[in-house]
Amino acid sequence: MSMHDQPPSGTDEFIKGIWKENPVFVQALGMCPVLAVTNTAMNAIAMGLATMFVLVMSNITVSTLRRVIPRQVRIATYILIIATFVTIVEYVIQAISLDLHKALGAFISLIVVNCLILGRAEAFASKNTVVRSALDGLGSGIGFVFALFCLGAVREIFGAGELFGVELFHDGFQDWVVMVLPSGGFFTLAAWLLVFNALRQRREAAQAREVAI
Amino acid sequence: MNNDPLWAIFLNACLINNFVLAYFLGICPFLGVSGKVATATRMGGAVTFVMIVSSTCAYGINMLLIAIDAPFLKLISFIAVIASTVQLVEMFIKKVSPALFRALGIFLPLITTNCAILGLALFQTNKEYNFAQCLVYALGAGAGFTLALVLMAGLREKLGLASVPDVVKGAALTLVLAGLLSIVFMGFAGLGA
Repeated sequence: MSMHDQPPSGTDEFIKGIWKENPVFVQALGMCPVLAVTNTAMNAIAMGLATMFVLVMSNITVSTLRRVIPRQVRIATYILIIATFVTIVEYVIQAISLDLHKALGAFISLIVVNCLILGRAEAFASKNTVVRSALDGLGSGIGFVFALFCLGAVREIFGAGELFGVELFHDGFQDWVVMVLPSGGFFTLAAWLLVFNALRQRREAAQAREVAI
Repeated sequence: MNNDPLWAIFLNACLINNFVLAYFLGICPFLGVSGKVATATRMGGAVTFVMIVSSTCAYGINMLLIAIDAPFLKLISFIAVIASTVQLVEMFIKKVSPALFRALGIFLPLITTNCAILGLALFQTNKEYNFAQCLVYALGAGAGFTLALVLMAGLREKLGLASVPDVVKGAALTLVLAGLLSIVFMGFAGLGA
């Protein structure tokens, strides 16, 4: 969290979650759904949006109630608030598309224990105003959707030779079955982390050079 | 009602559909606490214990919710009961066996947010297991979690001696290892009925 001389503006709160403090690639939070439901780009985006909704709503609620909730039972209260919104999301998804509900399975319910959401409630929403908390939730949520899409797209392109159900290669393309399997999730995430690590190291090296000069 | 024999449920939860390597549940402790074999074993023990306790509770709650016809309260009551059970277990162990408490101490509170525990409660409800089946399922899932954690810790201890490039160090390397381990566990798929 950047604490400079002047407090960061609302826009900063919004943007930081997308790139600089990306929940998945930089903070390594909420790994379980990231690996489990990203075998196609569509599932990944649906899961990301569901998580984003819960994140924004719980941030708003926690921030609204932040002066009422006693400190000793705050974590339990946050979990109950989150669980309420997750139940809503689960029933909404079931109403919109039964296929999607089946594909995501128990992982919709498991949004409750996504450490990203509890982390934002405890670290940000419990200390900031409603508007800032909503922006923070939205930013982190978009960062989460972005990360899930990165994984889902790579796994679908290599694992099935298509993206959003559209064929990308010639008939001769041999699907990399391993990418759709659980182990493919581990490998793809490892590859993305490598990319982000390499970018960060290059940036740090450039900064060190500037300081030296 | 589900008529799977108990041994099949155990094998299924422990090896074929390993919670960590096939369902991706409990990845956080899997990546976080798999540095040393000794710590990994203790963490595995703690998780198995909490799984058995919370599985029993979840079975009871589910019965109650069916009786009062309120399935939409399932998620909220599961998570509330699991969180408070972990607290109770923590206090109980502290009183009864301070030595065990010191051994598990740091891990117990972390287990509350371990998705493997909630996942277990949800899966056993979806599969409509009876009480004995639930217990065996929890035991198998715990054993599978411990097995994956200990294997991973063993690999990482060996890896500590190797020299790797800076970029690969940390989570990326651990994830590649986990992927390979996951491929190995797919070999058990043929055991399933």
